[in-house]
Amino acid sequence: MIRLPLATLVIVALFAGGARATGAERLVVSLTNHRVMITSSYTGVELVLFGSVERDATGGSRGAPYDIVATITGPRESLRARRKERVLGIWVNTESRMFVDPPSYLAVLASRPLDAIAGPETRRRLRLGITNTPFPEFVHNDIGEVSNDPFRAALVRLMRDRTLYSEKPNAVTFLTPTLFRASLSLPAQVPIGSYAVDVKLFAEGAMIAETDSAFEIVKVGFEQFVVSQSREHGLLYGMATAAMALLTGWIASVAFRRD
Amino acid sequence: MEIYLPIADIPVNIFLVLAMGLAVGFISGMFGVGGGFLMTPLLIFIGVQPAVAVASVTTHVAASSFSGAITYWRRNAIDSVLALTLLAGGILGTCGGVALFTWLRTLDQLDLVIGLSYVILLGVVGALMVGESARAIIRSRSGKRIELRRPGSHTWIHGLPLKLRFKQSKIYVSAIPVLAIGFIIGFIGAVMGIGGGFLLVPMLIYLLRVPTATVIGTSMVLTFLTMIAATVLHAATNHLVDAVLALILMAGGAAGAQFGAQAGQRIRGEWLRMLLGLLVLAVGLRFASQLVLRPDDLYSIRFLGGAP
Repeated sequence: MIRLPLATLVIVALFAGGARATGAERLVVSLTNHRVMITSSYTGVELVLFGSVERDATGGSRGAPYDIVATITGPRESLRARRKERVLGIWVNTESRMFVDPPSYLAVLASRPLDAIAGPETRRRLRLGITNTPFPEFVHNDIGEVSNDPFRAALVRLMRDRTLYSEKPNAVTFLTPTLFRASLSLPAQVPIGSYAVDVKLFAEGAMIAETDSAFEIVKVGFEQFVVSQSREHGLLYGMATAAMALLTGWIASVAFRRD
Repeated sequence: MEIYLPIADIPVNIFLVLAMGLAVGFISGMFGVGGGFLMTPLLIFIGVQPAVAVASVTTHVAASSFSGAITYWRRNAIDSVLALTLLAGGILGTCGGVALFTWLRTLDQLDLVIGLSYVILLGVVGALMVGESARAIIRSRSGKRIELRRPGSHTWIHGLPLKLRFKQSKIYVSAIPVLAIGFIIGFIGAVMGIGGGFLLVPMLIYLLRVPTATVIGTSMVLTFLTMIAATVLHAATNHLVDAVLALILMAGGAAGAQFGAQAGQRIRGEWLRMLLGLLVLAVGLRFASQLVLRPDDLYSIRFLGGAP
């Protein structure tokens, strides 16, 4: 897939990528794969994002180079962050915060460090980068953002440790002044589900075009069969597993019989 | 060689999991314990979600204890009447334990309760076993005959009514303590997610004076029956049993249990109890250190998608 000629991909991208023009430039992107299939040999996958900046016929060329920020967001799931404290000599979870639907995967790929691409106000407004991503919390029967929250910092740190959150300032490379590519390696533990890819084009510190794409990670074949059987026919699945256990135990006792 | 586990949602090294199954299976066959109290922490350590680990280990324990039980059956070392009486109490205990487990989960302190129960139970049982077997070893070294079943040493337990004769074990005791032991094992097993063999073996030896010859085989029969039931229940209610993970574990575990059972027959009873006692104590200390030592990271996160 990745080794396909670049030209073919760009042509595919012209039709596949949903382009949204906001100025003289149009942004067109495509992924090498919109459907990642999990089989028994799955150990993670690498996707490549291709894109092209289409200039309007009337618009003149800009002096400054273009910048790209691509944000990949995985399926959202609520989580609880807990803090341990020493109580009577043992470490116990005392305080906890509930985060409402944070992304289970978040990768920010850019052509340069984010602070070099846009100013702090623009970054905050466009929710650019992990620091500007909102993490709403459930506090006092209300949902809202908590500033300078150590729980939020812990959440981001733990997710970074698991390589589920990442920010790579040099992941997007321009092949020509208008053609770019970025590779995204998804670790094996990424959750299954649909992933949104948001690509923003910057020039001279301002966003001039934006487009989006998506891909999904699905289980297929035997893996999908096992999951659907266990969900839909739990009792039958359990009895089959139990029968498998008995058979294995019996085979072992016959195979290793020494008396 | 990496293989992707469909329910656990992670890839694991198949040979590592096979080796873990083999090692834990060997221990379970040797001592007549299920090995769940060793396997579950090991799986969590390699990255399996705790809930999936607990559920899949029940299947593995069912296979390895069934394999071990067949071996003991051939040696005529199983008291089936005793096993069935224990099972009757065990089923009631499991129901009670599941109810408590569900209640603790709603309080968000299940980890702490499980950790503390492991420390207390494993610590006390391990220390008792090591102490008793050490005394037995010293006695045998000093030339005295080991008399585990002293005829005159009947406790109040032996005075209870509803007496039953367990021919295979050559004991004549009331059904009440047998049912009670079954209940306790079922209860603790459901709360802590373990088969309870490491508790059952000493209880049968010290409280009921079941001879070492039949105690391990009988414990295996009870473990295998409760774990088969637990597998079906876990699969039907929580959908957390990973059949692929369980199959790899049991392939190693069932083979390991055979070698373990043969090794166990060659080791003298008091040394076997000493080794099991030390193992139980070691796992208990590990849980204690987790509770007492300052954790590397005070924060932890948990997705709320069903896992306990």
